[in-house]
Amino acid sequence: MTTAVTGAHQAQGGPRLAARITPLATVQHGALLTWRSLVKIKRNPEEVLGLTFMPLMFVALFVFVFGQAMMGDWRAYRDFIIPGITAQSVIFATIGTGVALNSDIEKGIFDRFRSLPIARSAPLIGAILGDLTRYLLTVVMVLLVAVLIGYRPDGGPLGVVAAAAVVMVFAFALCWLSAFMGLLLRTPMAVNIFGSIWMFPLTFASSTFVAPENMPGWMSTFAGINPVTHVTDAMRGLMEGGPVAEPLLWTAVWTVGLTAVFFPLATRAYRRRS
Amino acid sequence: MTDAIRAEGLVKHFKGSTALAGVDLVAREGAVLGVLGPNGSGKTTTVRILATLLRPDGGRAEVGGFDVVRRPHEVRRLIGLTGQYAAVDADLSGTQNLTLIARLLGYSRGDARARAAELLERFGLTDAAERAAKTYSGGMRRRLDLAASLVGRPSLLYLDEPTTGLDPHSRNELWDVVRELVGDGVTVLLTTQYLEEADQLADDIIVLDHGKVISRGTPDELKERAGAQVLQVRPADPARLDRAAAVVEAVTRSEVRSADGGASASVTDPAVMPEVVRRLDEEGIAVAELTLRRPSLDEVFLAITGRPADDAPADGTEAAPERTHA
Repeated sequence: MTTAVTGAHQAQGGPRLAARITPLATVQHGALLTWRSLVKIKRNPEEVLGLTFMPLMFVALFVFVFGQAMMGDWRAYRDFIIPGITAQSVIFATIGTGVALNSDIEKGIFDRFRSLPIARSAPLIGAILGDLTRYLLTVVMVLLVAVLIGYRPDGGPLGVVAAAAVVMVFAFALCWLSAFMGLLLRTPMAVNIFGSIWMFPLTFASSTFVAPENMPGWMSTFAGINPVTHVTDAMRGLMEGGPVAEPLLWTAVWTVGLTAVFFPLATRAYRRRS
Repeated sequence: MTDAIRAEGLVKHFKGSTALAGVDLVAREGAVLGVLGPNGSGKTTTVRILATLLRPDGGRAEVGGFDVVRRPHEVRRLIGLTGQYAAVDADLSGTQNLTLIARLLGYSRGDARARAAELLERFGLTDAAERAAKTYSGGMRRRLDLAASLVGRPSLLYLDEPTTGLDPHSRNELWDVVRELVGDGVTVLLTTQYLEEADQLADDIIVLDHGKVISRGTPDELKERAGAQVLQVRPADPARLDRAAAVVEAVTRSEVRSADGGASASVTDPAVMPEVVRRLDEEGIAVAELTLRRPSLDEVFLAITGRPADDAPADGTEAAPERTHA
């Protein structure tokens, strides 16, 4: 009886294995591996907790510790930083993409997928699409906390949704950089450390917590170029009112630029990674 | 019959060092090819090239008649791969792991579930089917990993050190599965550090060392070269080791190695055992240990190369993927 279970497919007539991979099959494989990423999120409540606790702490600490001193009114400061903290939280969450990829490779799970007759890009697509869900969860969590402490955006629900869309699109571009590092570095730990190192200057030396005008010249210049500034300004404009077009344009430039550089680098590293 | 795998002159460099320096191998259809070698000898690199996971820098390989570099998709349709560490998703349940692969291979939702249930049953994992694989024991994970590589009913199965780190019971179970698969006509490529495992399962063996094939043949031919068994004597009084070694040498007429208070020599005829006992008795040498055992991989290497197996990898690149056994 066991023969039927383990026998070779010539003798037993196994599944119909496509002679080549159609675009439709690529989508199906990608969707299946996205499902895998989602199951993993569900199975790891501690990771979700970590993802949500960090933004929660950031919101509470910055609003209540610095708020009064920064603007003379913690409520005003709250309204000022919520868009930026949302962006920061999502940007930090992109590190997880590289870490998860790296750990899949280290554990040999990617070898299994890559030895299957499926679309080459499917595991990468699945990992990234699954992670977009995590980013969205982060956005929702930050905004929930914000609302709980009295945040009422002037832009209304529509402005908030638009701002969330902006940061999600930017995160999608940024996650290719994270994926690239995940494929390049040797251990998940290294990815985590390396990722965090440049995340801090990028998110703090921006318009998230203070207006760049208040920084020394060189730092102000850096903040002016920093994509996080543009993302934050665009979100702030959409949620709180203010100029939107220019920061949105720069965000688009950065998004396209990052994707143009790191998408090919990541996919190439993915094909090469052994 | 035809050859399921044929590789010629495979070369692979990692960051300037050489992992494979021209490996030729042939796996006959329906047979088990054992690839024997210590850590860093190039076993895993060979498997990864044949599984289309790694491009060779030189040489060529065909699996089922398809070139691994030019027709990787066709090769992937034929093979199942089980690594030395259990490559299942620890966060997914047994059922989820197997249905995911079945769905990726084109099974419908219902068929995928049925196939998963069938395999879980076959490998005694039905009770644990809905639990996350991270709660499984090492042996259970290895079985799930093997089940995962069999979902698509591969006609070629690559087993990369499948029993490294397993307890003897789990190891025997796995050996039975391999034999069963071979009975079904599956071709198996098995890498191992254990001579006994190659001896138990393989029809043909190649021995790798520093990325080169240093010996090839059937298990019997290999053992002939290495000596079928090793006779080891440890006198109760360490001072009498030299005398004991002389006795062993006189009876076995082969080179005697003295180490750790014992003398050992390879023997092809087990009948020398009583003779050794008689002579030791005549000499009045009290014996603490007297054993007849299969040669270790180290002793095979010594016989073939004249030096012990070098466990330190030549380049370090394979130290990570090829874990040392406990």
